[in-house]
Amino acid sequence: MPRVIGGAPETGQAPARPAPAPRPAFDPARVRADFPILRATNPKPLIYLDSAATSQKPDAVIEAMRDYYASYNANIHRGIYRIAEQATAAYEDARLRLSRFIGAGSPREVVFTRNSTEALNLIAYSWGRSNLKSGDALLLTEMEHHSNLVPWQILAAERGIELRFIPMTAGGELDLEALPGLLRDGKVRLASVVHISNVLGTVNPIAAIAAQVHAAGALLVVDASQSVPHCPVDVRALQCDFLACTSHKMLGPTGIGALWGRGVLLEAMPPFLGGGEMIREVHLTHSEWNELPWKFEAGTMPIAEAVGLRAAVAYLEALGMDAVFDHDRALATYAMERLAEVPDLRLIGPPAGRRGGVVAFTLGTIHAHDVATVLDSDGIAVRAGHHCAMPLHQKLGIHATVRASFHAYSLPSDVDALVAGLHKARKVFA
Amino acid sequence: MTGGWDEIYRENILDHYKHPRHHGTLANPDITYEDANPLCGDHLRMDLKVKDGKVDQVAFSGHGCSISQASASMLCERIEGQPIEAIKQLSRDDVLEMLGIELGPVRLKCALLALKTLKAGVWGITQWPGEDESA
Repeated sequence: MPRVIGGAPETGQAPARPAPAPRPAFDPARVRADFPILRATNPKPLIYLDSAATSQKPDAVIEAMRDYYASYNANIHRGIYRIAEQATAAYEDARLRLSRFIGAGSPREVVFTRNSTEALNLIAYSWGRSNLKSGDALLLTEMEHHSNLVPWQILAAERGIELRFIPMTAGGELDLEALPGLLRDGKVRLASVVHISNVLGTVNPIAAIAAQVHAAGALLVVDASQSVPHCPVDVRALQCDFLACTSHKMLGPTGIGALWGRGVLLEAMPPFLGGGEMIREVHLTHSEWNELPWKFEAGTMPIAEAVGLRAAVAYLEALGMDAVFDHDRALATYAMERLAEVPDLRLIGPPAGRRGGVVAFTLGTIHAHDVATVLDSDGIAVRAGHHCAMPLHQKLGIHATVRASFHAYSLPSDVDALVAGLHKARKVFA
Repeated sequence: MTGGWDEIYRENILDHYKHPRHHGTLANPDITYEDANPLCGDHLRMDLKVKDGKVDQVAFSGHGCSISQASASMLCERIEGQPIEAIKQLSRDDVLEMLGIELGPVRLKCALLALKTLKAGVWGITQWPGEDESA
C-alpha cells in the first residue's frame, strides 16, 4: 500500500497494485538539470525558493505543450479529423493520468478547472447553492488560504449560513480537540480543510477529520493545492468527498487545475458554468446536461495545459512522490537548523518532521518585503507578505512573514544562499 | 526588480526608516486618514493640523516596510508648512523624485501608500482624480 500523508492508518493489507519497477535513486541535482530556468546563468543563477507560490517547469512539460501546438493543435470533442482526435485523446489521457495519480476510482470523477480556486468555487456554487439553506453551517479552519475562505464567505452571506472555524494553535497546528464541539449540534453540512498549509507547511490529519465530519453527517472538501504536488495523495485513503488541486504548483502549466468529487455527489450537482460541451441537447429555452465530467467543462478547455499537466504527472511519477516528499521534508529540516543560526530569526509553524517543504519566518523587526528585496539582489526568490492567508497571520499576531518553499529541484545550497542573504539583510538594517 | 539592494536602500532611505521624522499621532487632528496596502499588509495613518489653509503639524503612524515608512517620513517633512491646495496636486513623480530610486511594480505600491493616504485625507474622499496613475 502506498504511503499516505495525512491518510488512514495502514491496515497491513496486501498491496492492491503491482509492485512498481525499481527506479533510480532520487538525485535533486539531476532533477534540477531538467529545468531550463534553473540552468540559466544570465543575468545570474536563479535560487528559487518560492515553489509554494508556483513551481518551475521541466523541459518535458514545456516540450509537450510546444509539441501540441506545433503538431496537433485542434479543438477537442468536436472535430472528426486526425489531429482533433489526437488532441481529444491527449486531453482525456491527461484526466486519466491525473485520476490515477490522486487515487480516484474513475476519470469521470475528475473535472478540469482553471485552478484549485475555481474547483473550490465550483463546489460552493453548485453543491452549496443546491444543498444549503439558512441556518446551516460550514466548517473551515483558521489556517486556510483565501481561496478556501472567500467562496464560502460569499455563499454564507447569500444564504444566511454560519461559518465555523477549527482553531489553530500558536504552534501552527489545528486544535482538533475543538472539533467535536463544532460538529455537535449537527448544523455543519460541509467542512473544507487544507491538506498542507501554504504558509506553515503543517500537514493536517485529513482522515481523522473526515471520520468526525462524516459521523456528524457532513461532507469533507480537501484543498490539496500544496499536497498533490509534493506527496503521495490518495482520495480514498484521505476519505474525503471532494479534493481541489492545481497544475502550476506540480511542475505543470498555469491555467488548469482539477476538482475530484465522489461520482454520486457530482452526478447530483447542477452545472457551474453554462456553454458548449457541457450540454447533451440544447433547445432555445432549455437544455439537457452532458454526463460527467463534461457537465462541468463549459467552452473550450485549456487543452495545451492539460497536455502539459499530463507530462508533469508523468514526470512526478517517474521521480516517485515518496521520494519527493522525503526530499522536501529533509530540506525543510535542514533549513530550520540553518535558520536557527541567524540572530533574531523566528520560525513560524510546527517543528521539523511535522511539516512539508515550507519554512516561514520573521527576522527581527525587519519587514518581510525588505528582507525579500535584499535576497532578490543575490538572485534569491522568496515570498514576502501574508501569502494569501491574512487570518492565519492575524491569529499569530504577525503582519507579514518571509517564506522559503522547496520542490524536487531545490538543493541544500539554496538554503545556504538564503542564510547568507539573511545575514546580509541584518547588516543593511542594523 | 530593479538594481541591487544598495541602490534601493540608499543612505537617505535607511536614515528615514531608522529615524523616522514626524512619527506618531496628533491629538484632535483636523484631517486624519488611514489606508492599507492589501498586498503586503502595510498600514498607514496620517494626521494633519491645518492653520490658515496650510499644514501646521503632521504625523504618521502604522507599520510597513522601509520603503513605505521612509516614504511617509519624507512626505511629512516635505508637506509641513505647505498649503493644502499644493498637497492636493502632489503626484507619484514627486514621491519618486523625493525617494530618488527606481522601484518595481510591487514596491511602487509601498512607496506610494503615504501619498495615497495623504491625498485621500486632504481631498476628503477615497478616490481622487488620477488615482489610477498613482495607485
